[in-house]
Amino acid sequence: MKFLDEYQNSELATKLAHRIANHSTKPIRLMEFCGGHTHAIMRHGIRQLVPATVEMRAGPGCPVCVTATTDLDKAIALAWLPNVTITTFGDMMRVPGSYSSLQRTKAEGADVRVVYSTIDAMEIARENPKKSVIFIGIGFETTAPTIAASIIKAQQGGIENFHVLSCLKLTPPVMKALLDSGEVKLDGIICPGHVSVIIGSRPYEFIPADYGVACVISGFEPIDILLCVGKLVEQIEAGQPKVEIAYRRGVKPQGNRKALELMGEVFQIDGANWRGIGIVPQSGLKINQKYEHFDAAKVFSGLLRCARNDKPVREPKGCRCGDILRGVATPFECHLFGKVCTPEKPVGPCMVSSEGACAAYYQYGSPESSGKI
Amino acid sequence: MSDVILLAHGSGGKLSHDLVKKTFLPSLANTMLNKLDDSAIFEASGRLAFTTDSYVVNPIFFPGGDIGRLAVCGTVNDLSMSGAKPLYLSLSLIVEEGFSLSELDHIVKSVKAAAAEAGVNIITGDTKVVNHGQADKLFINTSGIGIISPGVDISGANAKVGDKVILSGTIGDHGIAIMSQREGLKFSVPIESDCAPLNKLVSQILKASPRIHCFRDPTRGGLATTLNEFAAQSNVGIVVEEDKIPVKESVKAACELLGFDPVYVANEGKLVAIVEPNDADKVLAKMKQNSYGRNAALIGEVSDAHPGKVVMKTKLGPSRIVDMLSGELLPRIC
Repeated sequence: MKFLDEYQNSELATKLAHRIANHSTKPIRLMEFCGGHTHAIMRHGIRQLVPATVEMRAGPGCPVCVTATTDLDKAIALAWLPNVTITTFGDMMRVPGSYSSLQRTKAEGADVRVVYSTIDAMEIARENPKKSVIFIGIGFETTAPTIAASIIKAQQGGIENFHVLSCLKLTPPVMKALLDSGEVKLDGIICPGHVSVIIGSRPYEFIPADYGVACVISGFEPIDILLCVGKLVEQIEAGQPKVEIAYRRGVKPQGNRKALELMGEVFQIDGANWRGIGIVPQSGLKINQKYEHFDAAKVFSGLLRCARNDKPVREPKGCRCGDILRGVATPFECHLFGKVCTPEKPVGPCMVSSEGACAAYYQYGSPESSGKI
Repeated sequence: MSDVILLAHGSGGKLSHDLVKKTFLPSLANTMLNKLDDSAIFEASGRLAFTTDSYVVNPIFFPGGDIGRLAVCGTVNDLSMSGAKPLYLSLSLIVEEGFSLSELDHIVKSVKAAAAEAGVNIITGDTKVVNHGQADKLFINTSGIGIISPGVDISGANAKVGDKVILSGTIGDHGIAIMSQREGLKFSVPIESDCAPLNKLVSQILKASPRIHCFRDPTRGGLATTLNEFAAQSNVGIVVEEDKIPVKESVKAACELLGFDPVYVANEGKLVAIVEPNDADKVLAKMKQNSYGRNAALIGEVSDAHPGKVVMKTKLGPSRIVDMLSGELLPRIC
């Protein structure tokens, strides 16, 4: 099949794996930022193809996982306000908040609906003019342009009952925060493909320049990932870290101008609260003043304060999602993994989300690793 | 007569009788149903199989079928997977007030066509109507009775080390057809549900090899869930090869787009057979002769390593666990 099978070719994969093994002389640690990469790596068994010298760690690139518990609690509180409909991507439904989940909130009678795109949420608002329809806006630079587009569309269509609770986050600033913390030593980063389609390769340039860490942008097919790992190994072995694109069919150095303009029109950069990491300056997007009547955090701020009744935020006991998102621990190092915490009864978000590292390790673990489960 | 279903259609009174006479009997008539007694009465001897299933699919009309065809095929297939020859079905409908009578008529005609194809009779039935909003258009329950030939012993617990795993055709067609219809996704090659009665395929397989160990139709939860059920019930390991599993190009593309793994996507006209190694070629050849099995493939075998687990050799060579589906299938978000 065009553009699929070519990137899953086993002969080419074997060649690339041999090349990596030939180049790799010393142990290195790579982080795949994006949860989509973690899933592809586990699903295709790529960890078994690369030499033992190359360690691969999952990173914080799972939008559901990095959504702070306090933001989830906020979404649940909003769901109980009169005449409110919450719209959300499906993965958010099962994530446990401090006291409940959106799924449970729906079962208890709140109007919570799963949508597949922000535009669907806006359509629900158009069809239900008497309800306030709030979209839980999670995601990175990938989803931000479509959310911006839906807000602009709502503005143009006079859909005033559409609101967004922006929990949008930015990739390069959190990479900086992880590197600054020094908690985990990294030699290279497998940079996210879809995010880079939007932002391009330039925003990563501070990483090799300031931290000496290699950066290669990768697509999501196994051949893409092996190509990326190969380039990272070569850069690290040569001691010449830089930003490279191993996903040329999707990413241009300057990114996507139209998408960046849309984001710039609707959002402004602000600090953001990341689960497991905390508040990272300049790492989030909030709706700017021009569009503030679409900003759920602003429009419902008074009602929210009453509804939440100042209940403290609670994190699940023993859950190491935060450590896993920072790359400090692997899912296997969490005592709850596979025992107390499974996809059926997830304790933390990394086991819920289709992009969560724990879900990937649990679902696709190799037969050997499953002995640990 | 009104062109929508009213509460009175389910009251048991005049409109109910009208519905039976004008909508159900013309399509489904047979000597047992025609009597309109409280129960259908029939003779049977031997080992019987009995099964029931409810159908709540949304949308009720989808490419390649509708809820009526699904309700017949699903129950026929459940009987067939036990090695039973389906004989009789019940048909029970819960209809939301306001539902279109012409759509109901269309669905009853689908029931008729599917039952005729499978060679089964609907011998008893019921219709209830609920208030608007208390059901989503139409729910159907069918139960079925079938008879099992002597010597046939099929169960998910019968898989033996060394057995071969055969899949009757491409996976994911039904789930993707429903998802694309539900979400308004359009593909250049329309994806149709594979919804089909498999009883004839099963009886042909059983003629070729009466010693089939396991049959199952990988419906909700997909192929991965069925294989895991076999592995757990029989306490054996199952190894399958990713590139042997037939998946239509269009389904593959849709799965990529939606973030699904085809092994978890639902099927309504496929079966997995676990057979003795010596019978594998014979069974495969027989399957390929039937139009519902022409893309059949040998996809793996039963092993004594990692009992209770399903392992897939990926296209690139390494192996990974294939777990059961957990939760609902939801498209990825970025």
